[in-house]
Amino acid sequence: MGRLEGKTALISGGARGQGAAEAALFAEEGANVVLTDVLDEEGERTADIIGGTFLHHDVTSEDEWAAVVARAVELHGGLDVLVNNAAIYSPRTLLEAEPDEFRRVIEVNQVGVYLGMREVAPVMIERGGGSIVNISSGAGMRAGSGGFAYAASKWAVRGMTKSAAVRLGRHGIRVNSIHPGLIDTVMLGETRIVQGGNLDRAVERIPLGRVGRPEEVARLALFLASDESAYSTGSEFIVDGGSLA
Amino acid sequence: MGRLEGKTALISGGARGQGAAEAALFAEEGANVVLTDVLDAEGERTADIIGGTFLHHDVTSEDEWAAVVVRTVELHGGVDVLINNAGIYADSSLVGGDVDEYRRVIEVNQVGVYLGMRAVAPVMIERGGGSIINISSIGGMRGGGGSFAYTASKWAVRGMTKSAAVRLGPHGIRVNSIHPGLINTPMLADTRMTDPANIEQLLGQIPLRRMAEPSEVARLALFLASDESSYSTGSEFLIDGGLLA
Repeated sequence: MGRLEGKTALISGGARGQGAAEAALFAEEGANVVLTDVLDEEGERTADIIGGTFLHHDVTSEDEWAAVVARAVELHGGLDVLVNNAAIYSPRTLLEAEPDEFRRVIEVNQVGVYLGMREVAPVMIERGGGSIVNISSGAGMRAGSGGFAYAASKWAVRGMTKSAAVRLGRHGIRVNSIHPGLIDTVMLGETRIVQGGNLDRAVERIPLGRVGRPEEVARLALFLASDESAYSTGSEFIVDGGSLA
Repeated sequence: MGRLEGKTALISGGARGQGAAEAALFAEEGANVVLTDVLDAEGERTADIIGGTFLHHDVTSEDEWAAVVVRTVELHGGVDVLINNAGIYADSSLVGGDVDEYRRVIEVNQVGVYLGMRAVAPVMIERGGGSIINISSIGGMRGGGGSFAYTASKWAVRGMTKSAAVRLGPHGIRVNSIHPGLINTPMLADTRMTDPANIEQLLGQIPLRRMAEPSEVARLALFLASDESSYSTGSEFLIDGGLLA
């Protein structure tokens, strides 16, 4: 029997990368998967391949969150798992970034996560519980030299996760954050590490000596989504090959 | 197929409590389990029930670590997983506390973990990899009001875990720590937390409003022991019902 048998999972940013890997693994483990994204074509294709449902979804829109959650409940009778995975990257530093760009990153990576939890929590409370998995980053544990807005948003996700866990625990809803290091995704290509040709040097500093695969993040998300992690909430789960050790 | 099929796991303090729960779950998932303890009668019984091997083992002894590892390799050809689970609790205050008692706690909880990693690492290096899981505590995440010696030892375990992860990562060996909160084990009774006057108030502070069963910690250990966590090393994994959130 699948480890998510009978559960329904909503995954934002599910068209490609880590979100698609989570969608695929969750479906394989028996979950009803609804994946959302602004990338319609890739989203439809991913949903086709894994046997899930794709919905167009801009995570910065309150209305679209409401529509997506309503549709997921209509399709599957409720919601057990939310993976707030959708995010964008900007490599710009404190002094390089324009305020508008800063706001844009915060809007997607941070306000999007807030809106997702806000919309899904009542449905999970009614159902008697659930698991919310927020994708933060290694940059949410140590700011480092990467993008400033990105780090800010990912620290906020880490903090919101704890605050939500304290508030929602009594309803049986668990909320945890995942902190991936360098993972082989499209986003990795947007970092200065790759664009500056420094990937080899960066990899040398990773104790496991390699970048991670989206599937490896998905397996951690599976653990947190499933009842196997029934007593873990409000905590950070790192998958970074030892980069932060 | 079991999630630890073909792997051999060595679990210290495996006679009862969390260690026994880990031993049982690992055996169920296909691992060869060698459990060790100073509690012979309980250890033999647990091994009988789960279909594993019990070895008498004082974790403070370098010689006994050597003997236990040699015997495990003899039985199963190698070691893939080590759980440094053996630990003791003693009331110990910074001011006016008994110094010998402090040393005793450090010897078991901290030196024991060091000796375990030291004895097992060469065998894992030869095998090309492995997973070491050190059982720390929420006492290793904050100072708190508990035993001073226990807190010291559990912070040390957290630090040693990271240092070992950096050193052993290039050999494909992952090292992570688990930080349980209130778990229903014999050790919990050694603390003052379960006094009727304390327990209600304490559970009220836990977002999930309950303590956990040892089997719940075992499921986290299983995730870290298996290849499902292949890109996580040098990190802390909390299972505390949200107490630290």
